[in-house]
Amino acid sequence: MTTVIDILSWVLLLAGSIFVFIGGIGTLRFPTFYTRLHAASLTDGIGTILILGGLVLQAGWTLAAFKLLAILVFLLLTGPTAAYALANAADMSGMKPEENEVSEVEK
Amino acid sequence: MVTLFAVFLLTLLVLTAIAVVQTKNLFVAVMLMGIFSLLMATVFFILDAADVALTEAAVGAGISTMLFLATLALTGEHEKPSKKGPWISGLVVAITSLILIDATFEQPYLGDPMAPVQQHVAPWYLEMTPELMDFPNVVTAVLASFRGYDTLGEVFVVLTACIGVLFILSAGPGAPNPKSPRIPTAPSVGLRHHLIPRVVGKLLIPFIVLFGLYVQFHGEYSPGGGFQAGAIIAAGMILYALLEGEKQALKVLPQSVLIGMVVGGAMLYGMVGVVGMLMGGNFLDYSVLSSNPVSGQQIGILIIEIGVGLAVCGALLAIFHAFAARRSVG
Repeated sequence: MTTVIDILSWVLLLAGSIFVFIGGIGTLRFPTFYTRLHAASLTDGIGTILILGGLVLQAGWTLAAFKLLAILVFLLLTGPTAAYALANAADMSGMKPEENEVSEVEK
Repeated sequence: MVTLFAVFLLTLLVLTAIAVVQTKNLFVAVMLMGIFSLLMATVFFILDAADVALTEAAVGAGISTMLFLATLALTGEHEKPSKKGPWISGLVVAITSLILIDATFEQPYLGDPMAPVQQHVAPWYLEMTPELMDFPNVVTAVLASFRGYDTLGEVFVVLTACIGVLFILSAGPGAPNPKSPRIPTAPSVGLRHHLIPRVVGKLLIPFIVLFGLYVQFHGEYSPGGGFQAGAIIAAGMILYALLEGEKQALKVLPQSVLIGMVVGGAMLYGMVGVVGMLMGGNFLDYSVLSSNPVSGQQIGILIIEIGVGLAVCGALLAIFHAFAARRSVG
């Protein structure tokens, strides 16, 4: 049983790390602000869920697991809100997402 | 493994510091400083200094970033080009670094049991805290009781800093800087028309304040205390001010109440010392506050931590509101 939980937890941790890593690459490589934000929010969403889920499995039925779940709830509330606020601020200051936009890098 | 992680974090710290110096955009610099503080908090945490880590995260990464941003809203976000060449400052930095690097060779290794800091009063603190105060967090014991004079001094530094900042900011507004870009939102309304941040903020603010109170009153048993709690509660209130607008926040906690909190907190701390003297002990000797010296110590530490928390929370909020008021005038 312990082995199964261990393997499951490692799978979750690795998958989460991969998502965070991809999110990081995307944040650096994507051409425009909104696409970068999309990549960055990958870290907040699925990356957080997978990594903290893996850590909860490592912790077992302890107080630490409860704390990790509390952190997960907090991050799931704040992360997307922060992404929304960022996108909204960009939109309000006149940055419109356009189709076939000229990339900032190539300009 | 921990060493590897520490080296990784310290490398990131150096890179962040270089980036802060390099960038000409002050907004970017402020954000990088926030990242720097967060990395620093992590470094403190892996050195087992959880209390300092909490302070660094709450004050360094949270509140000071906020205050820097408030300053930038007044001054504009681009650094003025310096006329002098970087040679003099570069030379000073090079010489100072060489001296510091040379000094590290004389330093004891991390965790060396023969280091002076482990030999001097630290063992006595560790040994006497359970006996004199009967609670596990030695940091709180050192901060609030053994070195109570220093902490009293720090609270008065907070008070003085608050007076100074309010004094400068409440002076009449200068000529408005035409170059400074204004963020196109009315500051007094806040984010009231944005549903999502408002709903999430309303959900979170009670928990932030509750966590602040936990850090305040659980400081004798777990990392925390007045400084951290004051910063966390202030952060919760600043979030409220951002969401609901300055007016509403000032209705909840008016500036006069905040200044009363700063002065009252510092006074509360000092009065505990005076009461101790009146009851026949030394200044800031809490043992005489109760018939049992151990519970006397606990009562004294609890009260002075409340004083610290009030002073820090009031000072941070008063400074924040002063910046905001200045902005709506200018």
